[in-house]
Amino acid sequence: MLLASGLKFAYDGGEQMSFPDIRCDKGEHWLLLGSSGSGKTTLLHLLAGLRTPAAGEVRIGETELGSMPASQLDVFRGRNIGIVFQQPHFVRSLNVSENLLLTQYLSGVKPNQERISQMLYRLGIQHKEQAQTSELSQGEQQRLALARALINDPAVILADEPTSALDDGNTDAVINLLEEQAERSDATLLVVTHDTRLKSRFEKHIILEAL
Amino acid sequence: MNLFKLSWKNILYKPWSTLLSIVLFALGVGLISLLFLLEKQLQDNFEKNLAGVDLVIGAKGSPLQLILSSMYHIDAPTGNISLKEARPFLNPQHPLIEKALPLSMGDNYRGYRIVGTLPEILSWYEAKVGTGKVWSRNFEVTLGYGVAKDLDLAIGDKFKSSHGLIEDDQLEHDDVHHDFEVVGILNPTGSVLDQLILTSTQTFWMVHDHGDEGTSEEEAHDDHEHHDHDHDHTHDDPMIPRPLLEEDENQEITSLLLRFSGRNFQALNMQRNINENTDLQAATPAIEINRLFNLMDTGEQALRILAFVIILVSGLSVFISLLGSLRERRYELALMRVMGGSPKTLFVLIILEGLLLAAIGFVVGITLSHVGMQVLGSSLESSYRYDFTGLMFLPKEWFLLAGALAIGLVAALIPAWQASRTDISDTLTEG
Repeated sequence: MLLASGLKFAYDGGEQMSFPDIRCDKGEHWLLLGSSGSGKTTLLHLLAGLRTPAAGEVRIGETELGSMPASQLDVFRGRNIGIVFQQPHFVRSLNVSENLLLTQYLSGVKPNQERISQMLYRLGIQHKEQAQTSELSQGEQQRLALARALINDPAVILADEPTSALDDGNTDAVINLLEEQAERSDATLLVVTHDTRLKSRFEKHIILEAL
Repeated sequence: MNLFKLSWKNILYKPWSTLLSIVLFALGVGLISLLFLLEKQLQDNFEKNLAGVDLVIGAKGSPLQLILSSMYHIDAPTGNISLKEARPFLNPQHPLIEKALPLSMGDNYRGYRIVGTLPEILSWYEAKVGTGKVWSRNFEVTLGYGVAKDLDLAIGDKFKSSHGLIEDDQLEHDDVHHDFEVVGILNPTGSVLDQLILTSTQTFWMVHDHGDEGTSEEEAHDDHEHHDHDHDHTHDDPMIPRPLLEEDENQEITSLLLRFSGRNFQALNMQRNINENTDLQAATPAIEINRLFNLMDTGEQALRILAFVIILVSGLSVFISLLGSLRERRYELALMRVMGGSPKTLFVLIILEGLLLAAIGFVVGITLSHVGMQVLGSSLESSYRYDFTGLMFLPKEWFLLAGALAIGLVAALIPAWQASRTDISDTLTEG
């Protein structure tokens, strides 16, 4: 489902980074573990098609990301890749529910308020549906970011340090939810983290060596 | 959710900078629209009141003043002329003149000018009597529609006039035995007649002669002479105005409005002849009004430039506020890309924000100018003798909308272009 082979990338004036090949099959849950500075986030951006690799290719299902024109890639990403970022950010002028509506709109999915309510309910923040995102606690913001990644039922879910800001209890809840949702839609889940607490939660690991 | 709704939410999110942009836009647009309205209505006013008058003759002075006082009733007359001087133009046999209309001015009733003239003035301004009749005896008056409405006068009402052209209780002719009596009210004409009180030329003489009677022997003697004169003729009733050519040529009128029987070289020369060879002054309305418009145009030009500068500044404020907000919104713009938005999506979003600010500014500005015109109109009415309205919409205002939108668009172009070039990965990594 998610394939990466021979990926190389270099920042302007920086050393070239080489990444291990990745093969995550449909419905599998993977943990990509690496210490700070090992290029975790860069790899995640490459897998999500947010950066173009210097060499190698990324495939999601039958689609090779590098083969698509930019605008097509944007829509493809919006529909098929759900991303949870380290720092939860939202469109500040929109409330919780509107942020999810925007996600549906931008990826060309029919707006579905019912699905949004369900998603918020699952994440335990349904009572914040009309709240401004700035009024949410950090945990709630993290949940909303999750809701946004999941709202379009993506084939692949990429999570960048989703738990680094959470305590043990919340970490379990978030990982449970990630796994539950990934299972529900038979999506491939790849959690990128340096949080070794998660190591025991996943059977399949990829270890990224520090450069 | 769509981009329009999002851009709306975005501009509401920063109410103060949005308010600044909108206020600036509204000021610029409102000022220009107000100028359009004033210019259009003044021009309409001046044109409607031309009444086919080819030449105005009066006492020496400023030709513009003569035109303004005799045709628009918004300035003081240049002085009076004697009937003796006016007599040649009143002659129905005059080869060049189709018709001459005498005007006597200098009195008012509660701020409305009383004009002594001939009933023919109604046909010059295409006015019709609505109720009652045209004056036929001295001290009978026919009111313009606006006067009757404003002063709440009806047929049969009586009043005393005041000396001068503006309202002043001290100057009321309380020594005149005769009251003016309303005998008719005109239908609305949209011309200056709406704001005038019309009566006979002789009424003016009687009001003023009478006032002088007790104070001066000499004048009183004059008065007697009139009576002698009167008796030479068959008119027994002194209250019925006689043709002016039969009146004492020492009597005075204020001015004469002339219509030529044809536009020829001689007619055109007449003005110069009068101005060079007599103590009278002749002025052509079209030329003087053109001159007035040119004078006003200079002031208008300055205001228009000011308005355009304000609009440009409002464009600049849109530009700066959008550019500033991009810096704060970098991360959310990158997120929008991650969620499936293309660079074009972001470009359109920012352009919409610029257009929205301009459009709201336009609507507020137009509303301000029209409401302002309506309010201003009531105070202008008394000084310009013309109904101003804010409920008039001009085709030009569509161009103003197009111009405002164009400025909003241009101001948003660079920020929009920058937004569309947001590097998603870099921005997300910066956090």
